[in-house]
Amino acid sequence: MNAAVVVFPGSNCDADTLHVLGNVVGMNARYAWHADTTLDDVDLVVLPGGFSHGDYLRTGAMAARAPIMSPVRDHAARGRPVLGICNGFQILLEAGLLPGAMLLNDSTQFRCEWTHLRVESTHTPCTSAAGNGQVLRLPIAHAEGNYVIDPDGLAQLHDEDRVVFRYVSASGARSPDANPNGAIDDIAGICNVGRNVVGMMPHPERASEAELGGEDGRAIWESLVAAAGA
Amino acid sequence: MTLTPTHEPPSDEILREVALTRDEYHFAADLLDRPPNPVELGIIGGMWSEHCGYKHSRPLLSRLPSEGPRVLIGPGEENAGAVDIGHGLAIVMKVESHNHPSAVEPFQGAATGVGGILRDIFTMGARPIALLDSLRFGPLDDRRGRYLANGIVGGIGWYGNCMGVPTVGGEVQVSASYRGNPLVNAMCVGLIEHDQLTSAAASGAGNELILVGADTGRDGIHGATFASVDDPEASHRGVVQVGNPFMEKLLLEACLEVLQTTDAILGLQDLGATGLTSSSVESAGRGGTGVVLNLEHVARRAAGMTPYEVMLSESQERMLVVAARGRAHEVQRVFDKWGLHSDVIGEVTETGLLDVRDNGQSAATLPITMLTDAPTYTYPVERPAYLDEVGPLDLDALPEPDDPTSAFLQLLASPNIASRRPIYRQYDHMVGANTVIAPGGDAALLRIKGTPLAVALSTDGNGRTTYLDPFVGGAAAIAESARNVSCTGARPLAFTNCLNFGSPEQSAAYYQLSQAIDGMAAAARALETPVISGNVSLYNESGGEAIWPTPVVGMLGVLDELDRRCGAGFTADGDEIAVLGAGRPRLDGSEYLSVAHGRVAGCPDINLVDEVAVQRLVRELIIARLLSSAHDCSDGGLAVALAESAFAGGLGVQAPDLPILGRLDEALFGESQSRIVVSYPPLAAAAVAAAAATHSVPITPVGKVGGDRLCIGPIDVSLAHAEQVWSQGLELALAGHAPPG
Repeated sequence: MNAAVVVFPGSNCDADTLHVLGNVVGMNARYAWHADTTLDDVDLVVLPGGFSHGDYLRTGAMAARAPIMSPVRDHAARGRPVLGICNGFQILLEAGLLPGAMLLNDSTQFRCEWTHLRVESTHTPCTSAAGNGQVLRLPIAHAEGNYVIDPDGLAQLHDEDRVVFRYVSASGARSPDANPNGAIDDIAGICNVGRNVVGMMPHPERASEAELGGEDGRAIWESLVAAAGA
Repeated sequence: MTLTPTHEPPSDEILREVALTRDEYHFAADLLDRPPNPVELGIIGGMWSEHCGYKHSRPLLSRLPSEGPRVLIGPGEENAGAVDIGHGLAIVMKVESHNHPSAVEPFQGAATGVGGILRDIFTMGARPIALLDSLRFGPLDDRRGRYLANGIVGGIGWYGNCMGVPTVGGEVQVSASYRGNPLVNAMCVGLIEHDQLTSAAASGAGNELILVGADTGRDGIHGATFASVDDPEASHRGVVQVGNPFMEKLLLEACLEVLQTTDAILGLQDLGATGLTSSSVESAGRGGTGVVLNLEHVARRAAGMTPYEVMLSESQERMLVVAARGRAHEVQRVFDKWGLHSDVIGEVTETGLLDVRDNGQSAATLPITMLTDAPTYTYPVERPAYLDEVGPLDLDALPEPDDPTSAFLQLLASPNIASRRPIYRQYDHMVGANTVIAPGGDAALLRIKGTPLAVALSTDGNGRTTYLDPFVGGAAAIAESARNVSCTGARPLAFTNCLNFGSPEQSAAYYQLSQAIDGMAAAARALETPVISGNVSLYNESGGEAIWPTPVVGMLGVLDELDRRCGAGFTADGDEIAVLGAGRPRLDGSEYLSVAHGRVAGCPDINLVDEVAVQRLVRELIIARLLSSAHDCSDGGLAVALAESAFAGGLGVQAPDLPILGRLDEALFGESQSRIVVSYPPLAAAAVAAAAATHSVPITPVGKVGGDRLCIGPIDVSLAHAEQVWSQGLELALAGHAPPG
């Protein structure tokens, strides 16, 4: 499976993501540079976490207008998987590939900690091999993960089964204490209408090796590999 | 603009501005055989400041052992020291203070401290893999104290998070002694292959000097001299720099890319204190060369800047690159790719001079050696009278606690003991995908990808102990940081340090500095851990009162096999708990004495033979896979150490029959060096006892792991309640709320 990890100025989870895709999952993974206007034939595009363009203006706003986003849109339009993690999710929102926006966390602070997610839909390439309702333990690291969307947009996400992950407690129950940033409806990840573009705030690449504290992130990668083979 | 040498000696006001004494002015004029012009005066003042010239501390610092088989680069040679960790890899590390800027503008002061130490590491060619921050705050029940503390933590997180370098450790202590003069010591650790280590020397006449990164502005002028005068609060805001971590991230990636893809870079030097002045002077000093700088090529942020301002600007996120003659364009091509502005601003010469020109006119001409060899000062070391007043502790006058459980909970809620999570959850401590033991344990542990190795990192330093006995405080800073490293199973290899003291011109502070360095030297020799880099921050005082003398040590250890590691948390019901070590717990200088009785008194002590033995033992037990947990027994004594291992593991403690010799409060809350709380399966007990006997280390059984309560002698409280009190103590204090009951 061929994967590209896009490097924007200020991306800082690019190397971690490439490491996991290549060394842990065994994909054929390489970087793609933000200023490039073409993307080689790849099966998967990952927009990694970090602070693209220093988060200046708005998180993801400048990266969303980078030259590489044109071939990324083409890739998405062909129905191929795009995964945006953390800042990558913010870029997908700014690019209009996913609906909604991010606010500052309700704590007003950056938060780096482990959270629990419930898989709400397995009908995406990132969750196809996971169990419906499966609880994944993944870390977050962001200051702006407080997802918002207008009521009609939220209703549409529900109606179309496009909420992919919700923050829950370790036992899988929704509660205000389990939501680390105030995101509406405890939303941690969503997908587009075509279901091939997924954005999520937590970092699966940080939870793919036992010695780093957990391997639940592998459910995402294994889904992508399975989806590519299907 | 034409500068004419001043033949009139400068006024007192001008000398104060450049932080030179009149004697130093005359000394400089004698060395030059003429009076320095105003630009030269500013350059001399910057280079002879304590921050750059170490004029009060250099003679004392030479007492620290700095040699060892693993040392690749020792203190003072380059921007940071380097240690061999095996597999052809080296760790590069340094700690540096940003106390004075943080006292004025805490967010940017702390942020730019992080930015500066990161540059010190990647100038060596190393990729930064970890940050640690040693912080000291004034009381948090004071509005300004909270403003400083929250601002400092916010600034550290903002810079490090954006850079993508994990903040994996550090410490926080709160005391009235730091009111108005908080301490912000930032440590950075980098990883590099031996043969990639890059020098900061400017060598080879004709090689080109490239200035890259941010434009040069008026910010931060006199930051170095500012850091070397009393009472930062009385100074002005213009000396504090504003950081741009995004620019620094681009600099990091661009510099490492040039180093990896070309051999056109001969030297790299960051612009820190005194900006272009010290970076060019220090590079030429290392190369035994001179430099010509053409200031008209320096990109400016403001119009009308004078040569004086350009030379002394401390604008952040700038680097000076020495490129091979005729190859500057190869380097600049990579900077362009990363969107960074760069200019060729000068070249290396054989003159041995700093030759500063502005549009062809000479602005300053000074011998490099004069600038790199600041005059040094030594003072008589006289024991200050306060030591006799605070030393003796009359235990008979101290009542023992009526209610040990409530005394215990009060201690757990103390901002010096409570969970540090409210701080470290604001730091990205996982980015890099190497963090195996995250903040909250004894030492952070990072794997080294592609090898079986891991490195352990810890910072330590106790101002209260050092105030009560500067020699013991210095020794304890080394011993405790090494002990924390040993508790993961890693072998301590080398350390970096930051010495935060009051004015060396005051005899008490000079005595403290001298004694603390002697204590550090003794412990470093005993533990075979040389110093490889460091920083000195003197003149830490406000309102005429010096801070507690606070030596901070950043210790590096190496674990040869990541799989043979140990954590601080209990792991299994039924495990036996014991204390390793000969240290006798005492109330002298303890957190309990401060919290329960409001006293800072006593004579703390340390036995380095015991220290070496207990650390060797715990590492041997971990490598033999006999232990389930190992945790340093320090602030708050045995009861707190047991609670911390319980919270980390989510398992209770059954130790109702804890052996109590003498006073109850000493046994529960007394502190000593050289003690480690361990747990192990009952089947391992005989082997643990045998190893302890071999090393002549006393082993004291305490109880068992298990249940959902903390039963420690007469203390009996539910684990959940104790953990809640401990979890909320610092969080509530930072938010301005009373401690939990």
